[in-house]
Amino acid sequence: MHKSISIEKDSSDSLGTAQQKLFRNNKRWSETIIKAVLTMAGIVSIFTTIGIVFELGKESFLFFSLPEVTLKDFLTGTVWQPVIGKFGVLPLVTSTMITSLFAMLVAIPLGLGAAIFLSEYAADKTRKVLKPILEILAGIPTVVYGYFALTFMTPLLRGIFGQENVEIYNMLSAGLVMGIMILPLISSMSEDALHAVPRSLRDAALGLGATKFETSIQVVFPAALSGIISAVILGISRAVGETMIVAIAAGSGPNFTFNPLKAAETMTGYIARISGGDLSYDTPDYNSIFAIGLLLFLVTLVLNMISRHISRKYREVYE
Amino acid sequence: MKNPLNLVSTTTYGRDLNLEQRQKKATIWKALFRLSTLVGVVALAILIISIVNQAFGLVAIEDTNDRNGFISTSIKEVSKTELIQLIETNLSTNRVRTLDREEPLVERSRHDLMALVETEVFKQRIVDSYSLFGSIFTPNTFRDQVAKKHPEAIVEFKSWFTPQFLQESMSKTPELAGIRTALLGSLYLILITISVAFPLGVSAAIYLEEYARQNTWLSRVIQTNIDNLAGVPSIIYGILGLTIFVRAFEPITSGRLFGYEGANGRTILAAGLTMALLILPILITNAQEAIRAVPNSLRQASYGLGATQWQTIWYHVLPYALPGILTGTILAISRALGETAPLIIVGAATYITKDPSGLFSNFTAIPIQIYNWTTRPQQEFRSIAAVAILVLMFMLLSMNAVAILWRNKIQNKR
Repeated sequence: MHKSISIEKDSSDSLGTAQQKLFRNNKRWSETIIKAVLTMAGIVSIFTTIGIVFELGKESFLFFSLPEVTLKDFLTGTVWQPVIGKFGVLPLVTSTMITSLFAMLVAIPLGLGAAIFLSEYAADKTRKVLKPILEILAGIPTVVYGYFALTFMTPLLRGIFGQENVEIYNMLSAGLVMGIMILPLISSMSEDALHAVPRSLRDAALGLGATKFETSIQVVFPAALSGIISAVILGISRAVGETMIVAIAAGSGPNFTFNPLKAAETMTGYIARISGGDLSYDTPDYNSIFAIGLLLFLVTLVLNMISRHISRKYREVYE
Repeated sequence: MKNPLNLVSTTTYGRDLNLEQRQKKATIWKALFRLSTLVGVVALAILIISIVNQAFGLVAIEDTNDRNGFISTSIKEVSKTELIQLIETNLSTNRVRTLDREEPLVERSRHDLMALVETEVFKQRIVDSYSLFGSIFTPNTFRDQVAKKHPEAIVEFKSWFTPQFLQESMSKTPELAGIRTALLGSLYLILITISVAFPLGVSAAIYLEEYARQNTWLSRVIQTNIDNLAGVPSIIYGILGLTIFVRAFEPITSGRLFGYEGANGRTILAAGLTMALLILPILITNAQEAIRAVPNSLRQASYGLGATQWQTIWYHVLPYALPGILTGTILAISRALGETAPLIIVGAATYITKDPSGLFSNFTAIPIQIYNWTTRPQQEFRSIAAVAILVLMFMLLSMNAVAILWRNKIQNKR
């Protein structure tokens, strides 16, 4: 960077020498060096990915080469108890799926409803007030949502369903609060997609005698569908990878259950609990968080790729 | 989408279009859409209220050492000299010396001395606490409950947020615990994160937007890669930080290479580097958008005057894009400030009373403290967790407000 600045200074000295220099320094090494440095900065991100894949892969490999672990048991076993050598990942997967399911049950209808309202119905003034409020919701740290789940949602649920039916730590509470967390993501991405649909389409539908609701649902919504679906998939990926809410509110200790009112640890919750304690390196416990991490990474990666593929490939382009 | 409404097809032509019913349906759905937007707003309100609800409220205070053993009258009637005497006779000489050094006892106010006697001589402790709304609407329920369980206790209103909360370090007693260590830890962390992520992120964005316009395979790979990294769960970054920065780079991150007596790699440096990697994709994407918004005519004019590509970027593109880049950076930083999961994995300490002293010290951060206090069963820890959340949210909101105001100001200028 210094080099370029010095060239600039030189050239301001006098035009003659500057011109001479300009032609002499035709190659401009400094430019090449700067470009190389900037390229390296871009490549750092590639190293990050390589680092993630390599480390997860390596440690997972160590995990699977343990005598008590087989890939088949890992993927199909219903008991996860490292102490007795049982490594079946299903309890962690099902609880992740249950919390994510409830999150999406909250976030998809409410998020899409909010998106349609903000994009199609709300006056400019209302929009200007409501949008930032939803953005604040998106900016709240997840540990705060976890606190909210434990101190507000869980007591509420226990009040509704009865103390004896709902455990202090339960998947439903974590899932519902996670839904509130993901709501702004889905609403803002979907709203962008709805907003991008040209006015002429709406005008045409209204001109044919459709009500505003019919226009929104049967014309605008399908036109924005690719953006909306990719928002929903991204929301699912966020729910699967969310850690703090489930670590605080969903319970610790794997539990193979489909009852959302019971406590069960998710994949992320397990990783957080194991690594939060006094973890000694190169034990089965330590290696197991990498195997689960790898699974988590692959699931979210695939979801994200599908999301981007849909939004790119099936986007309707209007000009 | 050919004729999606079926409005003009032969079947509906000439028939009743059922307008009334359709209008009714439209009204109902409009109400539902409005409702779902409101749910978001209401959720935010409830969230904030439920936190404030825990941060203030009635508490029951009881002496660990019965005060009747020390004084015969109410403490309000004890004179200043007697108060000093009480402190000097009942506390260890070391403690008295420390207090004297902070501020000589004789020079302290009566109020200050009374507080000292209460906490240090009588060892007042909070034995029970109540939420804000409970304290306002049904205070007697709490009073009865306290009277039954702790007949000696006094009930009074307490704001868990006190100036001491910001100044004190961790403690095992909730009412004495503070957030100082965590606050400093978070600030150090942010500083490291910015100083690593900002130059890297902006450079990468410049490369992608200015140099890689030819769409080479390398730039395509980098771009796709950044898009993918943005969706990786933060806990995975924590795992990466654990293996790379904490373990593989241990000689560097523990400071042993530089002669520090670092115990292990679980330092503030390792955490800061992990956070930098975490926010890098967000920062790059934001910076890219800012650079993309620079009008091309600016570049053309600069080239036309004979500037090189770098001169064009440094003197024209970057100054124009800088406000946008900085706004994006603030947003990325606020993400790092609230992030908890990677810090747990990288190994932030949950109990630490020493302020971070440099790159190689062990540390804790505000979100970690919130997590730690939230997971404890005692109500009092929930209350200080709520106060810590208020502190964190205040920091985040003010950062975001600055970013948004800044953005609006720039947009209005142009």
